[in-house]
Amino acid sequence: MKINVKHVAKLANLPLSNEEEKKFEKQLNEVLSYVEKLNEKDVENIEETNQTTGLENVTREDINTICFAQDEALSNSKKNHNGMFKIPKIF
Amino acid sequence: MKPVIGLEVHIELKTRSKMFCGCSADYFGKKPNTHTCPVCLGLPGALPVPNKKAIEWCVMLGMALNCKIPHFSKFDRKNYFYPDLPKGYQISQYDEPFCVNGSIKLSTGKKIRIRRVHMEEDTAKLVHELGNQKSTRSTSSGQEIKNQKDEGYSLIDFNRSGVPLAEIVTEPDFDDAKDVKEYLQKIQQIARYLEISNADMEKGDMRLEPNISLSKDGKLPSYKIEVKNINSFRFVEKAIEFEIRRQTEILQKGQTPIQETRGWDEAKQKTISQRTKEEASDYRYFPEPDIPPIRWAKSQISNLKSQMRELPKEKFKRFKKDYELSDYDTEILTRETTIADYFEDAVRIGKNKNIDAKKIAKFIMNRKPSIEEVLPAKLVRNIESATTYVNINEEEIKITVKKVLKNNSQAVEDFKKGKTQALQYLVGSVMRALKGKVDPRVVIEAIENELK
Ligand SMILES: [Zn+2]
Repeated sequence: MKINVKHVAKLANLPLSNEEEKKFEKQLNEVLSYVEKLNEKDVENIEETNQTTGLENVTREDINTICFAQDEALSNSKKNHNGMFKIPKIF
Repeated sequence: MKPVIGLEVHIELKTRSKMFCGCSADYFGKKPNTHTCPVCLGLPGALPVPNKKAIEWCVMLGMALNCKIPHFSKFDRKNYFYPDLPKGYQISQYDEPFCVNGSIKLSTGKKIRIRRVHMEEDTAKLVHELGNQKSTRSTSSGQEIKNQKDEGYSLIDFNRSGVPLAEIVTEPDFDDAKDVKEYLQKIQQIARYLEISNADMEKGDMRLEPNISLSKDGKLPSYKIEVKNINSFRFVEKAIEFEIRRQTEILQKGQTPIQETRGWDEAKQKTISQRTKEEASDYRYFPEPDIPPIRWAKSQISNLKSQMRELPKEKFKRFKKDYELSDYDTEILTRETTIADYFEDAVRIGKNKNIDAKKIAKFIMNRKPSIEEVLPAKLVRNIESATTYVNINEEEIKITVKKVLKNNSQAVEDFKKGKTQALQYLVGSVMRALKGKVDPRVVIEAIENELK
């Protein structure tokens, strides 16, 4: 498998310079080939799973808990306005 | 060329709390950013725990749409960057949703297949402001196009972030806007019957995304256009009809429409390009590691089924049979549960007064009483007084009273001694003789006059 570093960078919303592209392409390919080692293992009789805790059905009742006050919610924002987080325009 | 239309409908569930945290899910019109916590603000280290009621409601919705409920299900992360999504991903369901392979039948008999019903979380609300000139145009998806070049900024309110959404996805089984509208009305009615959502489109409780393409050969086309920002039944019809016209023109020129997301612009009466559609794999779905999967016991599913409220189709059948109503009357009386319940309350009260269900049905349909103001008991009284004094003149009453009094001298004696029961008996006898079509008060008066 080969990595398409431009595509990955776009999906990750990261602007990369040409040098960085080369550097990360090499690193990510190394990671991929390392993970590919798993293919050597025989997993014929092992049940497929995507989690290891063995937990199931962890839910909560539909009950309200206390929320942040508005100023608390906004306390880590760089900018805010009228009780809302303020960000550069997105259109 | 034949239109090929599929639909995605989002239904916002009216649980008390959000999907993965205990913040209030009732965000409409609330002060911004007052319903938030580390989970729904996407702060590092926060642990989402799914709302049991929301999951149960999603399963009930699926069952109402004749879906199968797999015994195993899980949540997945759908990754993309947008400011209304604080974690950089939305918790949704990818390959193992709660409900699969359902269907719904339209009045024409046409069957619409439901591919899946899954659970996910809503995004935050974006408000766009342009310099000093305020243009608070908030959208449900935040994907509204903005062409003006003014300096501006966007504002985010996280009250809606994490509110539970059930998403219903159909197969591309529609071929005209009329069927789409009927399907949507049915979905809205079912959600309201189940009491899991107000399904109010204008408030954003119910959001629609039709995908539309045209097929030349009956096969599935190579492209599809998704239309967003539709918040009324009327707009969905217009948007679909517009897209069919637009795509027909492109195809007639020998070209293929570009696969993209478009938005309905009500002012311009057309759809406008928003962004080219990303391939599903670009969302890099993977199993949500913070939430263990859900496994249902058979008994849990049957238990949920037994808890489900009567569905529109069942109520329709029952009303027709029990009250001997026409299809038309039944349709109107079962359109909303509030009217159906009102009618049934009135029928129960009317039963003691010999007023039959049909009469009550007709009265409700003709007079359209205000359900809030005229309580069922009052309605029945109104029907009583409206149906008396029919074609019976005073003379006839007088003659009948005389006859009854003559034949019941014992009761007359008892009444004179002050036994009120005797009067009731006499009134009843007169009413029976007159076939009930007279106000009892008139009869009492006539008896009293006669015995003076
Ligand atoms: Zn929260």
